[in-house]
Amino acid sequence: MLERVKKAQKMMLAACDKLGRVINIMEVCGTHTVSIFRNGIRSMLPGGIKLLSGPGCPVCVTDQGYIDNVLQLAGRDDFIIATYGDMIRVPGNGGSLESCNGSENVRVVLSSEDALVLAKENPGKEVVFVAVGFETTAPASAVAVKEAYEQGVGNFSILSGHKLAVPAMGVILSAKNDKIDAFLCPGHVSAITGYGAFDTIVEEFGRPCVVAGFEALQIVEALAEICRQLIEGKPAVKSMYAAVVTEKGNVIAQKVMAECFDVADGWWRGLGNIAKSTLKLKGKYSRFDAFKKFNIEEIPGKDITGCQCGQVLCGLIEPNECALFGRSCRPETPVGPCMVSSEGACSAWYKYGGK
Amino acid sequence: MVDTNDKIMLAHGGGGQLSSDLIKKYVLPNLGNDTLNQLGDSAVLELDSGSICFTTDGYVVKPLFFNGGDIGKLAVCGTMNDLAVAGARPVALSLSLIIETGLELAILEKILKSIGETAKQNNIDIVTGDTKTVEAGSADKIFITTAGVGERVGGVELGLNKIASGDKIIVSGTLGDHGMTIISKRKGISFESELKSDCASLWPLIEQLLVGGGVRFMRDATRGGVAATLNEIASSTGMDIEICEDKLPINPAVQVAADMLGFDVLNIANEGKFIAVVSHGCAERCLEICKNHPLGQEAAIIGEVGEVSKSALVELVTKIGGRRVVQLPYGRELPRIC
Repeated sequence: MLERVKKAQKMMLAACDKLGRVINIMEVCGTHTVSIFRNGIRSMLPGGIKLLSGPGCPVCVTDQGYIDNVLQLAGRDDFIIATYGDMIRVPGNGGSLESCNGSENVRVVLSSEDALVLAKENPGKEVVFVAVGFETTAPASAVAVKEAYEQGVGNFSILSGHKLAVPAMGVILSAKNDKIDAFLCPGHVSAITGYGAFDTIVEEFGRPCVVAGFEALQIVEALAEICRQLIEGKPAVKSMYAAVVTEKGNVIAQKVMAECFDVADGWWRGLGNIAKSTLKLKGKYSRFDAFKKFNIEEIPGKDITGCQCGQVLCGLIEPNECALFGRSCRPETPVGPCMVSSEGACSAWYKYGGK
Repeated sequence: MVDTNDKIMLAHGGGGQLSSDLIKKYVLPNLGNDTLNQLGDSAVLELDSGSICFTTDGYVVKPLFFNGGDIGKLAVCGTMNDLAVAGARPVALSLSLIIETGLELAILEKILKSIGETAKQNNIDIVTGDTKTVEAGSADKIFITTAGVGERVGGVELGLNKIASGDKIIVSGTLGDHGMTIISKRKGISFESELKSDCASLWPLIEQLLVGGGVRFMRDATRGGVAATLNEIASSTGMDIEICEDKLPINPAVQVAADMLGFDVLNIANEGKFIAVVSHGCAERCLEICKNHPLGQEAAIIGEVGEVSKSALVELVTKIGGRRVVQLPYGRELPRIC
């Protein structure tokens, strides 16, 4: 293993020499962020290579307005909000679910399937699933909706906050931060979408897109592959995660998503409204769409004073450059979502000392 | 940072930075004395007739019963372990129960039976006790406090001040088993697993280790896990500590569960594992003693104490050859874990 690490490090050094400037590589997957910190990968890179944590954690990109929508439902009688644990402490403009956690109204689940079970077990309650995540979790939400439709589970609905990763990458490059030289692409998302999904980034922006799994060695070798492409000036899409990620991806999952969801414009925390970047339930399933079922208006949230999660997500600043980091914003008292989520850039930075 | 919102949070009991801040800012200024200020697992009391160790611990684990143990077994083993890591043979325990109105007597009896059996297996008596009841809602089923006295093993002096550069760090077995078992059982997380708490009294192994010699300091790595204990050693001694990821004994099921739920095993509580800092020359022999005992078969030398430095950092050398800081956990990893 160490031989391969050395070879990769050599390639990175060569790229730094050739380009003669800082090379910015953005990862867009929270699991990559954590793996990079946990494995001390930053300590192994030449000084000229800078890793930036992009919008890869679904919790971190969830808009404040969406959280307020969830809170609105959590406050109603006879409602059960079924949510992934990570969402509990994410602040909206009106607080977080933490204030109702432990009450009968808020239940932590590990999957959309668990939420559907809750609905069946509590026929007298409206069970709303807080459906967040990228292409990784969206198919599971779709399956739960389909099952509810087929089985006639009338008290189940989802509040879809699902998002698509690729449009956000494009927006960052075109409108927020053109200093990003390449993307380390997410393993889980790519397993669903296929690595072909990143072709547009290479074609439109000429940036290398290299998919990696979560093993440290594979991440290091993916960074080396990015450097190789930069040296040769030939950006391309490449998957280092061949065992899991194919060009076309998981066609069955794509099919179920397409069957249940329409692609729509939508709000991202810190990035604003991004065209064709979110998933909304199709008309056929509208009675399982909590937005429609309970007449919820989607209003974008207001920025939280002082919080710079938006700039962190675009790679414009590092977490410790935010004035709140480590002061009022700490893991126990998070101000922004990047500190709340265990896969958020600020949380990982804090936990692992920023190295 | 205790005053983040002027109220006690669950994380103040997490064994991490917030617990430490609470003790230093509120407990010690009001109650501090030479013995308490040492903040050892047990207090060492010098009496005319010899020295004894004295300790106490509260147990609030949720759920009350879990794979590998229950609150009763925990209350006996945990307090015995606090004595053992101070180099004392546990002699007797007290038992104080705070019971919420409405607790089924069958549950109370099951817990008491477990306490009795664990005490018997470990050759220790509960010699005094107290029972209180509170209104429904004023406690969560049952809280237990045990105190223990122990007799110091002659000639053994353990302490943070005995630690020297070059000393080796031993853990007595796999890490994180207790904490990951509890979190997986918590309401709302339907995580199927083969996890089992390591809850056990460590005295039989520690006794052999102390007889063998070369031990400088010991601590049972409970709340805050190995990360909290090693950070305490580093900050108290002013020395850097380096540990190697590929030497850490971790049960694969625990690793999978921790990865899945976003925890770092180094921060997760153990209830039947100690960390021993041993002299360089005695390390292999100490490891041998551990490995030959049923309680220490998975023991490993995980790293060593470095030089005195300004930063006094705990660093982990990762499997791939990277380095990262192992921070003192802040506190919120797992409330009500023991």
